[in-house]
Amino acid sequence: MKVTIGELVEAMDHIQVVSGDNFLDREIIVSDLSRPGLELAGYFRFYPEERLQLFGQTEISFINEMPKKDRLDVLDPLCTPMTPGFLVSRNLEIPSELYDVAQKHNIPIIRSNRSTTRLASSVTSFLEERLSERQSQHGVLVDVYGMGVLIIGASGIGKSEIALELIERGHRLVADDRVDLYMVDESRIIGEAPEILRHLIEIRGVGIINVVNLFGVGSIRESKVVDFIIELEQYDPTVVYDRLGHTIESMKFFNVELPKLSIPVKVGRNVSIIVEMAAMNLRAKQMGYDATIDFEKKLAHLIEKNKKDD
Amino acid sequence: MQKKDFHITAETGIHARPATMLVQSASKYESDIMLEYNGKSVNLKSIMGVMSLGVGQGADVTITIEGNDEEEAMEGIVATMASEGLGE
Repeated sequence: MKVTIGELVEAMDHIQVVSGDNFLDREIIVSDLSRPGLELAGYFRFYPEERLQLFGQTEISFINEMPKKDRLDVLDPLCTPMTPGFLVSRNLEIPSELYDVAQKHNIPIIRSNRSTTRLASSVTSFLEERLSERQSQHGVLVDVYGMGVLIIGASGIGKSEIALELIERGHRLVADDRVDLYMVDESRIIGEAPEILRHLIEIRGVGIINVVNLFGVGSIRESKVVDFIIELEQYDPTVVYDRLGHTIESMKFFNVELPKLSIPVKVGRNVSIIVEMAAMNLRAKQMGYDATIDFEKKLAHLIEKNKKDD
Repeated sequence: MQKKDFHITAETGIHARPATMLVQSASKYESDIMLEYNGKSVNLKSIMGVMSLGVGQGADVTITIEGNDEEEAMEGIVATMASEGLGE
Protein backbone atom coordinates (compact mmCIF):
# COMPACT_ATOMS: atom_id res chain seq x y z
CA MET A 1 0.00 0.00 0.00
CA LYS A 2 1.22 3.48 -0.84
CA VAL A 3 0.02 7.01 -1.33
CA THR A 4 1.65 9.61 -3.53
CA ILE A 5 2.24 13.19 -2.45
CA GLY A 6 -0.15 14.23 -5.24
CA GLU A 7 -2.94 12.08 -3.79
CA LEU A 8 -2.34 13.57 -0.35
CA VAL A 9 -2.58 17.12 -1.71
CA GLU A 10 -5.70 16.25 -3.65
CA ALA A 11 -7.40 14.75 -0.59
CA MET A 12 -6.56 17.60 1.81
CA ASP A 13 -7.94 20.91 0.65
CA HIS A 14 -5.79 22.84 3.13
CA ILE A 15 -2.54 21.60 1.61
CA GLN A 16 -0.95 23.30 -1.41
CA VAL A 17 2.11 22.48 -3.46
CA VAL A 18 4.87 25.05 -2.95
CA SER A 19 7.53 23.52 -5.15
CA GLY A 20 8.25 20.31 -6.98
CA ASP A 21 5.14 20.02 -9.17
CA ASN A 22 6.92 17.40 -11.22
CA PHE A 23 7.73 15.15 -8.30
CA LEU A 24 4.25 14.67 -6.93
CA ASP A 25 4.36 10.98 -7.76
CA ARG A 26 6.82 10.34 -4.92
CA GLU A 27 5.39 7.69 -2.67
CA ILE A 28 4.61 7.68 1.04
CA ILE A 29 4.76 4.14 2.41
CA VAL A 30 4.36 4.73 6.16
CA SER A 31 1.70 6.67 8.03
CA ASP A 32 4.08 8.07 10.67
CA LEU A 33 5.38 11.57 10.27
CA SER A 34 8.80 12.82 11.31
CA ARG A 35 9.68 16.21 12.76
CA PRO A 36 13.37 16.42 11.93
CA GLY A 37 14.46 18.47 14.97
CA LEU A 38 17.45 16.35 16.02
CA GLU A 39 18.51 15.95 12.41
CA LEU A 40 18.63 19.74 12.03
CA ALA A 41 20.98 19.71 15.03
CA GLY A 42 23.18 17.28 13.15
CA TYR A 43 22.14 13.91 14.60
CA PHE A 44 21.27 11.56 11.73
CA ARG A 45 21.80 8.10 13.18
CA PHE A 46 18.10 7.20 13.36
CA TYR A 47 16.79 9.53 10.67
CA PRO A 48 13.42 8.07 9.54
CA GLU A 49 14.01 8.94 5.90
CA GLU A 50 10.96 7.08 4.58
CA ARG A 51 8.56 9.34 6.46
CA LEU A 52 6.98 12.57 5.35
CA GLN A 53 9.08 15.28 7.05
CA LEU A 54 7.01 17.83 8.91
CA PHE A 55 8.38 21.32 9.56
CA GLY A 56 6.59 23.37 12.18
CA GLN A 57 7.41 26.70 13.74
CA THR A 58 10.24 25.16 15.82
CA GLU A 59 12.01 23.50 12.90
CA ILE A 60 11.71 26.51 10.58
CA SER A 61 12.90 29.01 13.17
CA PHE A 62 15.76 26.68 14.12
CA ILE A 63 16.90 26.71 10.48
CA ASN A 64 16.54 30.50 10.34
CA GLU A 65 18.70 30.96 13.40
CA MET A 66 21.48 28.77 12.04
CA PRO A 67 24.43 30.45 10.35
CA LYS A 68 23.74 30.45 6.60
CA LYS A 69 26.91 28.50 5.82
CA ASP A 70 25.93 25.59 8.06
CA ARG A 71 22.40 25.20 6.79
CA LEU A 72 23.17 23.05 3.75
CA ASP A 73 25.20 20.62 5.87
CA VAL A 74 22.05 19.47 7.68
CA LEU A 75 19.43 20.14 5.01
CA ASP A 76 21.18 18.18 2.28
CA PRO A 77 21.29 14.86 4.22
CA LEU A 78 17.56 15.23 4.91
CA CYS A 79 16.99 14.54 1.24
CA THR A 80 17.40 10.83 0.57
CA PRO A 81 16.00 8.76 -2.28
CA MET A 82 13.42 7.46 0.21
CA THR A 83 12.19 10.82 1.49
CA PRO A 84 8.68 11.34 0.13
CA GLY A 85 8.41 15.08 0.73
CA PHE A 86 8.56 18.06 3.06
CA LEU A 87 5.41 19.30 4.71
CA VAL A 88 5.31 22.78 6.25
CA SER A 89 2.61 23.98 8.64
CA ARG A 90 1.13 27.42 9.46
CA ASN A 91 1.90 28.74 5.95
CA LEU A 92 5.41 29.43 7.25
CA GLU A 93 7.97 31.14 5.06
CA ILE A 94 10.28 28.51 3.63
CA PRO A 95 14.05 29.12 4.04
CA SER A 96 15.69 29.40 0.63
CA GLU A 97 18.21 26.64 1.43
CA LEU A 98 15.37 24.20 1.99
CA TYR A 99 13.96 25.12 -1.43
CA ASP A 100 17.33 24.57 -3.04
CA VAL A 101 18.05 21.13 -1.58
CA ALA A 102 14.51 19.99 -2.29
CA GLN A 103 14.77 21.09 -5.90
CA LYS A 104 18.16 19.46 -6.27
CA HIS A 105 16.93 16.09 -4.95
CA ASN A 106 13.52 16.16 -6.64
CA ILE A 107 11.62 16.35 -3.36
CA PRO A 108 8.32 18.23 -3.36
CA ILE A 109 7.49 20.81 -0.68
CA ILE A 110 3.85 21.11 0.35
CA ARG A 111 2.34 23.52 2.85
CA SER A 112 -0.79 24.01 4.92
CA ASN A 113 -2.25 26.89 6.90
CA ARG A 114 -3.06 24.60 9.84
CA SER A 115 -1.16 24.45 13.10
CA THR A 116 1.42 21.69 13.33
CA THR A 117 -0.43 19.37 15.71
CA ARG A 118 -3.70 19.57 13.81
CA LEU A 119 -1.96 19.16 10.51
CA ALA A 120 -0.09 16.14 11.80
CA SER A 121 -3.24 14.52 13.09
CA SER A 122 -5.24 15.05 9.90
CA VAL A 123 -2.40 13.84 7.67
CA THR A 124 -1.68 10.83 9.91
CA SER A 125 -5.29 9.70 9.96
CA PHE A 126 -5.55 10.08 6.19
CA LEU A 127 -2.35 8.09 5.70
CA GLU A 128 -3.39 5.47 8.20
CA GLU A 129 -6.65 4.92 6.40
CA ARG A 130 -5.02 4.75 2.98
CA LEU A 131 -2.02 2.67 3.99
CA SER A 132 -3.71 0.13 6.17
CA GLU A 133 -4.13 -3.42 5.03
CA ARG A 134 -7.56 -4.15 3.59
CA GLN A 135 -9.69 -7.20 3.46
CA SER A 136 -12.82 -7.74 1.43
CA GLN A 137 -15.74 -9.47 3.03
CA HIS A 138 -18.83 -10.78 1.29
CA GLY A 139 -21.72 -9.20 3.16
CA VAL A 140 -23.69 -6.08 3.87
CA LEU A 141 -22.77 -3.26 6.26
CA VAL A 142 -25.57 -1.15 7.68
CA ASP A 143 -25.63 1.54 10.35
CA VAL A 144 -28.52 0.63 12.64
CA TYR A 145 -29.15 3.20 15.38
CA GLY A 146 -25.49 4.13 15.24
CA MET A 147 -24.29 0.53 15.51
CA GLY A 148 -22.30 -0.84 12.58
CA VAL A 149 -23.86 -4.19 11.76
CA LEU A 150 -22.04 -6.45 9.32
CA ILE A 151 -24.50 -9.00 7.94
CA ILE A 152 -22.91 -12.09 6.46
CA GLY A 153 -24.25 -15.40 5.21
CA ALA A 154 -24.47 -17.60 2.15
CA SER A 155 -25.32 -16.12 -1.21
CA GLY A 156 -29.07 -15.86 -1.76
CA ILE A 157 -30.02 -15.96 1.92
CA GLY A 158 -31.37 -12.42 1.66
CA LYS A 159 -28.69 -10.05 2.94
CA SER A 160 -29.45 -7.33 0.41
CA GLU A 161 -33.19 -7.63 0.95
CA ILE A 162 -32.66 -7.20 4.68
CA ALA A 163 -30.47 -4.17 4.04
CA LEU A 164 -33.19 -2.71 1.83
CA GLU A 165 -35.79 -3.18 4.50
CA LEU A 166 -33.51 -1.60 7.10
CA ILE A 167 -33.03 1.40 4.80
CA GLU A 168 -36.81 1.64 4.45
CA ARG A 169 -37.01 1.72 8.21
CA GLY A 170 -34.68 4.71 8.30
CA HIS A 171 -31.27 3.10 8.78
CA ARG A 172 -28.22 3.75 6.63
CA LEU A 173 -26.48 1.61 4.08
CA VAL A 174 -22.69 1.56 4.06
CA ALA A 175 -21.95 -1.26 1.64
CA ASP A 176 -23.81 -4.04 -0.13
CA ASP A 177 -22.33 -7.29 -1.37
CA ARG A 178 -18.68 -6.41 -0.83
CA VAL A 179 -17.46 -4.66 2.28
CA ASP A 180 -13.86 -3.48 2.46
CA LEU A 181 -12.53 -3.67 5.99
CA TYR A 182 -9.46 -2.13 7.53
CA MET A 183 -8.15 -1.73 11.05
CA VAL A 184 -7.90 1.75 12.53
CA ASP A 185 -6.45 0.78 15.88
CA GLU A 186 -6.13 -2.36 17.99
CA SER A 187 -9.84 -2.51 18.73
CA ARG A 188 -11.66 -1.00 15.79
CA ILE A 189 -12.44 -2.19 12.29
CA ILE A 190 -13.89 0.19 9.74
CA GLY A 191 -15.92 -0.97 6.76
CA GLU A 192 -16.72 0.85 3.56
CA ALA A 193 -17.92 0.13 0.05
CA PRO A 194 -15.47 -0.14 -2.80
CA GLU A 195 -15.73 3.06 -4.89
CA ILE A 196 -17.55 1.37 -7.77
CA LEU A 197 -20.27 -0.16 -5.58
CA ARG A 198 -20.86 2.89 -3.42
CA HIS A 199 -24.57 3.62 -2.72
CA LEU A 200 -25.67 0.65 -4.79
CA ILE A 201 -27.64 -2.39 -3.84
CA GLU A 202 -28.46 -5.38 -5.99
CA ILE A 203 -31.85 -6.98 -5.53
CA ARG A 204 -32.62 -10.21 -7.34
CA GLY A 205 -35.43 -9.70 -9.82
CA VAL A 206 -35.10 -5.91 -9.83
CA GLY A 207 -31.45 -5.31 -10.60
CA ILE A 208 -29.14 -2.59 -9.39
CA ILE A 209 -30.73 0.26 -7.49
CA ASN A 210 -29.14 3.48 -6.31
CA VAL A 211 -30.07 4.01 -2.69
CA VAL A 212 -29.28 7.76 -2.63
CA ASN A 213 -31.39 8.26 -5.70
CA LEU A 214 -34.40 6.42 -4.28
CA PHE A 215 -34.13 7.12 -0.56
CA GLY A 216 -32.11 10.32 -0.30
CA VAL A 217 -28.76 11.26 1.22
CA GLY A 218 -29.94 10.38 4.71
CA SER A 219 -30.01 6.73 3.77
CA ILE A 220 -26.30 6.18 3.25
CA ARG A 221 -22.98 6.47 5.04
CA GLU A 222 -19.53 6.40 3.51
CA SER A 223 -17.91 4.31 6.22
CA LYS A 224 -18.68 2.92 9.65
CA VAL A 225 -16.94 1.19 12.52
CA VAL A 226 -18.14 -2.42 12.66
CA ASP A 227 -19.66 -3.09 16.09
CA PHE A 228 -20.92 -6.61 15.58
CA ILE A 229 -21.61 -9.29 13.05
CA ILE A 230 -24.82 -11.08 12.25
CA GLU A 231 -24.50 -14.35 10.44
CA LEU A 232 -27.66 -15.48 8.70
CA GLU A 233 -28.16 -19.21 8.49
CA GLN A 234 -30.79 -21.32 6.85
CA TYR A 235 -33.07 -22.46 9.68
CA ASP A 236 -32.12 -25.99 10.63
CA PRO A 237 -34.40 -27.81 13.09
CA THR A 238 -31.54 -30.00 14.28
CA VAL A 239 -29.33 -27.06 15.27
CA VAL A 240 -29.69 -25.64 18.77
CA TYR A 241 -29.94 -21.84 18.72
CA ASP A 242 -29.16 -19.49 21.58
CA ARG A 243 -32.43 -18.86 23.34
CA LEU A 244 -31.41 -16.63 26.21
CA GLY A 245 -28.51 -14.63 24.85
CA HIS A 246 -25.69 -16.36 26.71
CA THR A 247 -23.58 -17.64 23.92
CA ILE A 248 -20.99 -15.16 22.83
CA GLU A 249 -19.63 -16.11 19.47
CA SER A 250 -17.05 -13.99 17.78
CA MET A 251 -15.30 -13.46 14.51
CA LYS A 252 -11.83 -12.11 13.90
CA PHE A 253 -10.70 -9.49 11.42
CA PHE A 254 -7.04 -8.43 11.62
CA ASN A 255 -6.78 -9.72 15.17
CA VAL A 256 -9.78 -7.70 16.31
CA GLU A 257 -12.38 -9.94 17.89
CA LEU A 258 -15.93 -8.82 17.08
CA PRO A 259 -19.08 -10.26 18.68
CA LYS A 260 -21.20 -12.39 16.35
CA LEU A 261 -24.80 -13.54 16.49
CA SER A 262 -26.10 -16.40 14.41
CA ILE A 263 -29.67 -15.77 13.32
CA PRO A 264 -31.72 -18.50 11.67
CA VAL A 265 -33.70 -17.39 8.62
CA LYS A 266 -37.08 -18.95 8.10
CA VAL A 267 -40.05 -18.07 5.89
CA GLY A 268 -42.24 -15.63 7.76
CA ARG A 269 -39.51 -14.52 10.15
CA ASN A 270 -38.89 -10.82 9.77
CA VAL A 271 -35.12 -10.74 9.98
CA SER A 272 -34.77 -6.97 9.54
CA ILE A 273 -36.64 -6.32 12.73
CA ILE A 274 -34.49 -8.93 14.47
CA VAL A 275 -31.33 -7.23 13.23
CA GLU A 276 -32.66 -3.89 14.39
CA MET A 277 -33.49 -5.28 17.80
CA ALA A 278 -30.16 -7.06 18.12
CA ALA A 279 -28.44 -3.72 17.50
CA MET A 280 -30.53 -1.99 20.15
CA ASN A 281 -29.98 -4.82 22.61
CA LEU A 282 -26.22 -4.77 22.12
CA ARG A 283 -26.27 -1.02 22.54
CA ALA A 284 -28.18 -1.41 25.81
CA LYS A 285 -25.57 -3.96 26.93
CA GLN A 286 -22.76 -1.54 26.12
CA MET A 287 -24.60 1.10 28.11
CA GLY A 288 -24.66 -1.30 31.04
CA TYR A 289 -28.03 -3.03 30.87
CA ASP A 290 -28.19 -6.74 30.11
CA ALA A 291 -31.72 -8.11 30.00
CA THR A 292 -30.51 -11.70 30.29
CA ILE A 293 -28.55 -11.05 33.48
CA ASP A 294 -31.37 -8.97 34.91
CA PHE A 295 -33.86 -11.74 34.18
CA GLU A 296 -31.63 -14.40 35.70
CA LYS A 297 -31.31 -12.43 38.91
CA LYS A 298 -35.09 -12.15 39.16
CA LEU A 299 -35.44 -15.85 38.41
CA ALA A 300 -32.96 -16.82 41.11
CA HIS A 301 -34.92 -14.64 43.51
CA LEU A 302 -38.22 -16.30 42.56
CA ILE A 303 -36.74 -19.79 42.90
CA GLU A 304 -35.39 -18.87 46.32
CA LYS A 305 -38.79 -17.55 47.38
CA ASN A 306 -40.63 -20.64 46.12
CA LYS A 307 -38.18 -22.82 48.04
CA LYS A 308 -39.02 -21.06 51.30
CA ASP A 309 -42.76 -21.32 50.64
CA ASP A 310 -42.42 -25.08 50.18
CA MET B 1 -51.20 -39.88 27.69
CA GLN B 2 -48.02 -40.09 29.74
CA LYS B 3 -47.82 -38.53 33.16
CA LYS B 4 -44.97 -38.49 35.60
CA ASP B 5 -44.10 -36.67 38.81
CA PHE B 6 -40.60 -35.34 39.42
CA HIS B 7 -38.99 -34.21 42.60
CA ILE B 8 -36.54 -31.40 41.92
CA THR B 9 -33.28 -31.96 43.77
CA ALA B 10 -30.99 -29.50 41.99
CA GLU B 11 -29.78 -26.81 44.34
CA THR B 12 -30.51 -23.95 41.96
CA GLY B 13 -33.88 -25.35 40.88
CA ILE B 14 -34.90 -25.01 37.24
CA HIS B 15 -32.62 -22.09 36.52
CA ALA B 16 -31.89 -20.62 33.08
CA ARG B 17 -29.43 -23.25 31.87
CA PRO B 18 -31.34 -26.38 32.90
CA ALA B 19 -34.54 -24.76 31.62
CA THR B 20 -32.86 -24.30 28.25
CA MET B 21 -31.82 -27.95 28.21
CA LEU B 22 -35.30 -29.15 29.13
CA VAL B 23 -36.91 -27.02 26.44
CA GLN B 24 -34.39 -28.20 23.87
CA SER B 25 -35.11 -31.77 24.77
CA ALA B 26 -38.89 -31.26 24.68
CA SER B 27 -38.75 -29.45 21.34
CA LYS B 28 -37.43 -32.57 19.65
CA TYR B 29 -40.81 -34.28 19.97
CA GLU B 30 -44.09 -33.76 18.24
CA SER B 31 -46.28 -34.41 21.30
CA ASP B 32 -47.72 -31.68 23.48
CA ILE B 33 -45.67 -31.54 26.66
CA MET B 34 -46.84 -29.65 29.73
CA LEU B 35 -45.10 -28.89 32.98
CA GLU B 36 -47.24 -28.34 36.03
CA TYR B 37 -46.05 -26.74 39.23
CA ASN B 38 -48.03 -25.23 42.07
CA GLY B 39 -51.30 -25.45 40.17
CA LYS B 40 -49.86 -23.63 37.17
CA SER B 41 -49.30 -25.40 33.90
CA VAL B 42 -46.94 -24.28 31.10
CA ASN B 43 -45.81 -25.63 27.75
CA LEU B 44 -42.42 -27.30 28.21
CA LYS B 45 -41.42 -26.15 24.73
CA SER B 46 -41.67 -22.51 25.81
CA ILE B 47 -38.53 -21.35 27.57
CA MET B 48 -40.02 -18.20 29.04
CA GLY B 49 -43.03 -20.18 30.28
CA VAL B 50 -40.86 -22.75 32.03
CA MET B 51 -38.70 -20.13 33.69
CA SER B 52 -41.70 -18.05 34.75
CA LEU B 53 -42.62 -20.79 37.23
CA GLY B 54 -39.43 -20.31 39.20
CA VAL B 55 -39.23 -23.95 40.22
CA GLY B 56 -36.92 -24.31 43.20
CA GLN B 57 -35.14 -27.13 45.00
CA GLY B 58 -37.50 -29.53 46.75
CA ALA B 59 -40.42 -28.74 44.44
CA ASP B 60 -42.69 -31.41 42.99
CA VAL B 61 -43.61 -30.98 39.35
CA THR B 62 -45.72 -33.04 36.99
CA ILE B 63 -45.02 -33.58 33.32
CA THR B 64 -47.83 -34.67 31.03
CA ILE B 65 -47.24 -35.69 27.46
CA GLU B 66 -49.84 -36.34 24.83
CA GLY B 67 -49.21 -37.26 21.21
CA ASN B 68 -47.84 -39.78 18.78
CA ASP B 69 -44.36 -39.96 20.25
CA GLU B 70 -45.33 -39.54 23.89
CA GLU B 71 -43.41 -42.57 25.09
CA GLU B 72 -40.09 -41.58 23.52
CA ALA B 73 -40.71 -38.01 24.67
CA MET B 74 -41.11 -39.12 28.29
CA GLU B 75 -37.92 -41.18 28.04
CA GLY B 76 -36.13 -38.16 26.62
CA ILE B 77 -37.37 -35.82 29.36
CA VAL B 78 -36.47 -38.33 32.09
CA ALA B 79 -32.99 -38.62 30.60
CA THR B 80 -32.54 -34.84 30.50
CA MET B 81 -33.79 -34.47 34.08
CA ALA B 82 -31.19 -37.03 35.11
CA SER B 83 -28.31 -35.73 33.01
CA GLU B 84 -28.89 -32.15 34.19
CA GLY B 85 -29.06 -33.36 37.79
CA LEU B 86 -32.47 -31.72 38.14
CA GLY B 87 -34.35 -34.50 39.83
CA GLU B 88 -36.23 -37.70 39.31
